Amino acid sequence: MIRYFIKPAIVCTIFFILILTHPCIADDDNYNYIDIDNPSSRKIPIAIPVFVNTAGSAADSPVFKQMSDLMIESLEFTRYFNVIDRGAYLVDPVNPAITRDKVKFQNWSTIGADFLVTGGLKLSGNNIKLELRLFDTVKGKRLVGKGYRGTVSDQRQIIHRFCSEIVRHFTGSRGIFNSKIAFVSTGTGNKEIYTCDFDGHRPKQFTNNKSINISPAWSSDGKWLAYTSFLKRKPDIYIKDLKKQEKGAVIAKKGLNISPAWRPGKFVLAATLSFSGAQKIYLLTGTGKVIRKLTRNWGSDLSPTWSPDGQKIAFVSDRSGNPHIYVMDVNTGQTERLTFHGKYNTQPSWSPRGDRITYSSIEKGSGNIYVIGIEDQDPIRLTDKSGNNESPTWSPDGSLIAFSSTREGRSRIFVMTSYGTDQKRLLALPGKQSNPKWSPSFTK
Amino acid sequence: MRNKLWICLALVLIVPGLLTMVSCETQNVKTDDQSTSDGTGTDTGGTDAGTTSSGDGTISATGEFIPGTTFANEQDKFFKELVYFEYDRSTLTENSQEILTFKAEYMRKNPNLSVSVEGHCDERGTNEYNLSLGDMRAASTKAFLVDLGVDPGRVSTVSYGEERPDIEGHNEIAWAKNRRAAVASSD
Repeated sequence: MIRYFIKPAIVCTIFFILILTHPCIADDDNYNYIDIDNPSSRKIPIAIPVFVNTAGSAADSPVFKQMSDLMIESLEFTRYFNVIDRGAYLVDPVNPAITRDKVKFQNWSTIGADFLVTGGLKLSGNNIKLELRLFDTVKGKRLVGKGYRGTVSDQRQIIHRFCSEIVRHFTGSRGIFNSKIAFVSTGTGNKEIYTCDFDGHRPKQFTNNKSINISPAWSSDGKWLAYTSFLKRKPDIYIKDLKKQEKGAVIAKKGLNISPAWRPGKFVLAATLSFSGAQKIYLLTGTGKVIRKLTRNWGSDLSPTWSPDGQKIAFVSDRSGNPHIYVMDVNTGQTERLTFHGKYNTQPSWSPRGDRITYSSIEKGSGNIYVIGIEDQDPIRLTDKSGNNESPTWSPDGSLIAFSSTREGRSRIFVMTSYGTDQKRLLALPGKQSNPKWSPSFTK
Repeated sequence: MRNKLWICLALVLIVPGLLTMVSCETQNVKTDDQSTSDGTGTDTGGTDAGTTSSGDGTISATGEFIPGTTFANEQDKFFKELVYFEYDRSTLTENSQEILTFKAEYMRKNPNLSVSVEGHCDERGTNEYNLSLGDMRAASTKAFLVDLGVDPGRVSTVSYGEERPDIEGHNEIAWAKNRRAAVASSD
């Protein structure tokens, strides 16, 4: 079935060429990135007109609008941008300008678009040649310019590459455009694991074994997916190579084999096993061999999540009588309780930025997503008591959180900023969707 | 006669010890919205203020489902009678201990029978924690059988967490019926 994340053929066909004489003009040495994660800071106003046909004739193919619309959708997904409505644009439809010497910047700054993206597209048969430019309309300055070649079927990759450039210009990070989300869906009548692009596009079924499959976990290099499956009528952990599904190990000891979590940068994972009787978190190799037991206290310990430096785990334990989140240094074993509010805090996920942990808390029968600082230990609720909200997971850049919610009835996957703003549904497939897990950014 | 004597002995000598043992081993979590002070669930009358009737049984004030089902024969009773749990707990109630005492006796009379105990949870709560809770429920069920003399090698356990509800539904009755341990033949 599945599934090459990067089809080598596509990579080969996308020629990454710089068509402008001064390639990376973007960054001044002492450029200060604005804190655009903070919801109190204004979204970046940007205009993205329909791409222009550089072959001279009219932009008569649907591809021109498709690709420019995809850029709008992709930039809006980051929650950083406010894309100005096209109805407000003061452009000359007959002779739209795309280069710095021709663009009338005042026409854009007047309507509040501080930034502008222009696209010049040459379409010959199935082949695409696209020039993309980002301008600061207030300063009348070109910030980024890139050229791409490929085929019509590469348009998502091409657009997402330039979106990465834009986001990097503003935040210093390349963002989420090269990431995927694994999740559980019941569309076939069974809980199977699926993957989709960061924006919910191109969903693909990953497991197809008609049993129960949950808790997908990506290795930090994006090559492996571990998950819990009842394929042999008990919960075991399966480790699969994402490219060649047949490869990989199975952790199938007596009792529970659940909640796998890959250690960053290593072919090693933490998981809960109960073969000794008690449910404890163990460190295991990617081939399924126990390295050592990590947790030792009384009670059940489960759902580990790694700090980005791979030195600590946060996990759930009922050692206090109710499930709460604890943090443990895996080298010293030193453990501290992190959550004290509520009576049912589970599903921790450690921010890739290291400073915060998101988790779900069940209060009066329904779940809400919280974020807590490792240092200040001050829990902040991000969802507002609409439906049952569970399974939060960070985007690889730490700016967004995906989670599942029943706010529209059936369980669906939603995405919001890490401050809880801009909560939107990611996708809706037949059945129910739950258990999202955001991948790392795939590098090419 | 000898059987009866054995059961009596078991009840008098082992069960009180078990009660303390089981509650030491397993976690006893109280929920804040459910009163535990009255009506521990042996009353199946349904007129009690703390109980809810569901047609084929009642729910005690502590959330335990008390079935009113009757069974055709011992075999039917052994395989179909479920052990129910209170919310977020894996300790065995008095009623569950009675049911399991019958099951232990049945296994003693059928020495070639091996079983799998399945621990289940209601849909509330999160998947992984419910797999953990279901494992605890299966384990406390097995421990009780073993303490009544059943060879541990004849009882395996598996947790299904919230993944295999007995009853579809999002209400107290469905939840109470889904918090259960089931005994299946492992052949």
